Amino acid sequence: MNDIYIIITASLVATTCGLLGCFLILRKMAMVGDAISHAVLPGIVLAFLFSGSRDSVTMLLGAGLIGILTTFLIEFFHKKARLQTDASIGVTFTWLFAVGVVLISLFAGKVDLDQDCVLYGEIAYVPLDIIILDNGTNIGPKAIYVMGTIFLLILVFIIAFYKELFLTTFDPAFANAIGISTALWHYLLMSAVSATTVASFESVGAILVVALLIAPAATAYLITDNLKWMMVIAAISGIISSITGYYLAVWLDGSIAGAIATCAGILFGLTLVFSPTHGLVFKKINALEVSTKPSN
Amino acid sequence: MNSLFEFFSFSDPNIRFVVIGSVLLTASSAIVGSFTFLNKKSLVGDAIAHAVLPGICLGFMLSGTKNPVFLIGGAFITGWISLVLVEYITSKTRIKEDTAIGLILSVFFGIGILLLTVIQKSGNAAQSGLDHFLFGKAASLVGDDLYTFAAVAIALLIAVFLFFKEFTLLAFDKDYARAIGLPVKRIELILTSLIVLAVVIGIQAVGVVLMAAILITPAAAARFWTDRVRIMILLASVFGAISGLAGAYISYTAPQMPTGPWIVIVISMIAFVSFFFAPRRGVVSRLLRQYTIRRTINDENILKALYQLGEENKNFFIQRYPDEIIRKRKFEKDNLLKVLKRLRAQGYVESSGNLWGLTEEGKTRGQRVVKIHRLWEMYLTTQLHIAPDHVHEDADTIEHLLTPELEAELERLLDYPKQDPHRSEIPYK
Repeated sequence: MNDIYIIITASLVATTCGLLGCFLILRKMAMVGDAISHAVLPGIVLAFLFSGSRDSVTMLLGAGLIGILTTFLIEFFHKKARLQTDASIGVTFTWLFAVGVVLISLFAGKVDLDQDCVLYGEIAYVPLDIIILDNGTNIGPKAIYVMGTIFLLILVFIIAFYKELFLTTFDPAFANAIGISTALWHYLLMSAVSATTVASFESVGAILVVALLIAPAATAYLITDNLKWMMVIAAISGIISSITGYYLAVWLDGSIAGAIATCAGILFGLTLVFSPTHGLVFKKINALEVSTKPSN
Repeated sequence: MNSLFEFFSFSDPNIRFVVIGSVLLTASSAIVGSFTFLNKKSLVGDAIAHAVLPGICLGFMLSGTKNPVFLIGGAFITGWISLVLVEYITSKTRIKEDTAIGLILSVFFGIGILLLTVIQKSGNAAQSGLDHFLFGKAASLVGDDLYTFAAVAIALLIAVFLFFKEFTLLAFDKDYARAIGLPVKRIELILTSLIVLAVVIGIQAVGVVLMAAILITPAAAARFWTDRVRIMILLASVFGAISGLAGAYISYTAPQMPTGPWIVIVISMIAFVSFFFAPRRGVVSRLLRQYTIRRTINDENILKALYQLGEENKNFFIQRYPDEIIRKRKFEKDNLLKVLKRLRAQGYVESSGNLWGLTEEGKTRGQRVVKIHRLWEMYLTTQLHIAPDHVHEDADTIEHLLTPELEAELERLLDYPKQDPHRSEIPYK
């Protein structure tokens, strides 16, 4: 049962991240997603100190705010101080992450987090934290319910506001012209990314969540041109990475999150070579066909 | 306080080692990082930093020891592979650079974590301390390791010194570099190798996760103080060294603390101070300058309106009600009164009751603005052949900005015309 629990949790994380990752990639904001996933750390530690527990709504709200703050800081340094974007991202997230790690060390006794957990989570412990109802029935690990809720929220968010997200992603000028605020949807999306990061944090840690945000979406981007299909494929490839990753980790006796990221990378590599639409092999064949076709 | 004194007396040879080591590491990373920053490749530095982790683990797995030569070798190889992959993915597919960087960074890091956990469970006693590469530990820089890392750092400095001109040229004008026959590809190769090397040794101090910070944050901070490359790099290395020193001190006084994050916090603070308070480029000075300019424009627009009203009556010193000024040019009434009071304090206008009029100084300044406005309209129509009905807006801006030297040149160039394109008289002294 334990491996099923772990795989379900990982798949939920991977699917949620995959869906959001599609928008990040298409908006050329992959590195902002990376920055947010690092930057929520101080927020998590502080929320921990104030509320004394991990699974509070306050923490998710706090994370949403930190995500907005990160995005705002990056833009502030870029626009007001005229710092180039790449440096602006780099300076902002390393600083916030460093603050987070120092906070963890300072409050090591009070906060149930350690540096390793920050880096690669504790998904192996998911089956240990189970919910038992009053009548004594075991209804499975808590993490599944937390991640399941986040997954549903994100799914509803994307389905309900598909039009707005679609337009602000592909044609911001048109979206603005018909009265859809690009800034609003930009910040909403970033809050969704931070909330997901925080919820996934315990399972896969701050850095590997980036792998799940980017790799499945990038894989899907090499297969299809249709946004809806891209999200479906990203979700599927996230699930495949979770399953194969889990068994790789068991086989090697290593970190599950690390193995999932490895598999997501391998899956991307395979797609890069063999994708029927944008893969290298297919492109080569196409090029050959074109060059060998008799010119008339 | 005692420990502070003890530390900075450098009497303990261990402290001396750690200080020399971490200052060398952070300063050399900052110097090499300056070029990453100037090439707008900051996030590539981040990718390399994460990608060296699997290399370090592989180096350890293959050699079975923490011999720095193997670790550096492994790190160098995977760091390089990550770079090649980022470039390959960006150029061969439709995936954009930022996605490629994020992808390679996180996947390589994932592989590194997987290998690291496998090593940790393998029971090899030599592995303890390998996780220092995650968050850095300056205090572990002792003995033979230090010599290796110091040697690499010094080699980096020498390489930068030798190729300084080429690197600078490449950062600012690659096309020109190519045109004068520099082997651009080869120089880029050298620069990238230096970056990988800097990352490999820098992670000793701050760890892989935060390595990007000591590469680019010092450079970003230094950029705000100067426009000259040499000074910028010098400043960046000084900023880096300060943070390295701070890191060594923290490592010494609080051994359970991870050094890397503290170094990054110190260097980030230096950067934030620079972003906000650096003269000329900083946020505060920028806002201050904007405020001053806006104030000058406001002042001069009111003086101009009073002058133009005076032109209509052929008497510049008539005193008028604020409403009359507003009829000439739209101002907010409260704001107008506030500015009028400021101008009175500066001696440009006089008032009796609610009546306001120009003083001699006010007339001169208003006249100068009107003159520049009309000269500029003249210049745009006669020299640049822009239609007379298109020149007003432009002149409305330039009238506040033109320096006396340019003003004189404009007069000479146009040969003191009598009228502007709209047949208004241009007032000279």
